[in-house]
Amino acid sequence: MHELAITQGILEIAEREAAKHNSVCITRIKLRIGEFTGVVREALEFSFEVIKHGTLAENAELEIEVVKLCKRCPSCDEVFESKDQFDFFCPRCNAPAEIISGREMQIEYIDLD
Amino acid sequence: MHRIPVGTNILEVNEQIAEENRQLFRARGVFVVNVMSAPGAGKTSVLEETIKRIRSRYRLGVIEGDLMTTLDKDRIDALGVPAYQITTGTVCHLDANMVHNALHGFGIDGLDLLFIENVGNLVCPAEFDLGEDLKVMVFSTVEGAEKPKKYPVMFHEAEAVLLNKIDLIPYSGVSLDELQNNVLDVSPEAEIFPMSCRTGEGIDDWVNWLMRRMEKATLRVSYSRMAGALSE
Repeated sequence: MHELAITQGILEIAEREAAKHNSVCITRIKLRIGEFTGVVREALEFSFEVIKHGTLAENAELEIEVVKLCKRCPSCDEVFESKDQFDFFCPRCNAPAEIISGREMQIEYIDLD
Repeated sequence: MHRIPVGTNILEVNEQIAEENRQLFRARGVFVVNVMSAPGAGKTSVLEETIKRIRSRYRLGVIEGDLMTTLDKDRIDALGVPAYQITTGTVCHLDANMVHNALHGFGIDGLDLLFIENVGNLVCPAEFDLGEDLKVMVFSTVEGAEKPKKYPVMFHEAEAVLLNKIDLIPYSGVSLDELQNNVLDVSPEAEIFPMSCRTGEGIDDWVNWLMRRMEKATLRVSYSRMAGALSE
């Protein structure tokens, strides 16, 4: 249930940005969440519905883009997505690869009224 | 309607406080280890066995995280090592701010090594940086060989994975080879230490690795301080 803590973080950042732009109404919050995070999308949406009341995001919609887990091989520079499970070895040369995307937890933009 | 690009990391606040913790630990010369696992994997037992082997060599401290009770702190106290209990109430992980607040009530001056035992949970603690130097995960073999694939994030984040309770393998029927391969699939660079806190098997290998890892980090810090002093 750390989604609640994460949702609080989202609301704090969104409200701060809205205040910076002299707005009291956030209509949309767009997130980018990597598939290689411990975040459950449904739990995040549920937490958001529960705690948005009484905030500037009371009428906001939450839009979540799931970012694919993508890796790069440091030996041969091959970039690849996981085909099954979360295999971290390069399909070309079998060297251990590094994550280049899939760990994101980011607010991409907010819409203000 | 207008659109405001934000581009901010959601855990930004946690990461800022974690960075402050990290600076504070560095300035005090304390090496910090974040110990994570599911409930019951044996984090406290691993700490007890580790402490017994290194307490004559290093000044140690432990911060314990649990939803309730001071049972774990009491076990560390019994070994004569200073310990502080964070009780989170309902929160399923430690965050950087809880650790920061604990440091108001728990002195770390003079310590060489501080263990932070996270709340027992196989998912959430992996996302929260506490300002540690090293993340370690304890996994008990009886939890099943397929778990690294089902819960890959914590395995991937941990530099060392301690496979505890290998003495129970004859009863659980779990294959240690399969488990180790699954850990390496999701975390190719992980250092893996099969061990049993009950029999003591394998603990020395982990402790020796930890001491080398700690000394390497300490050397790096003194070197960068020296380089900083020279450039001034």
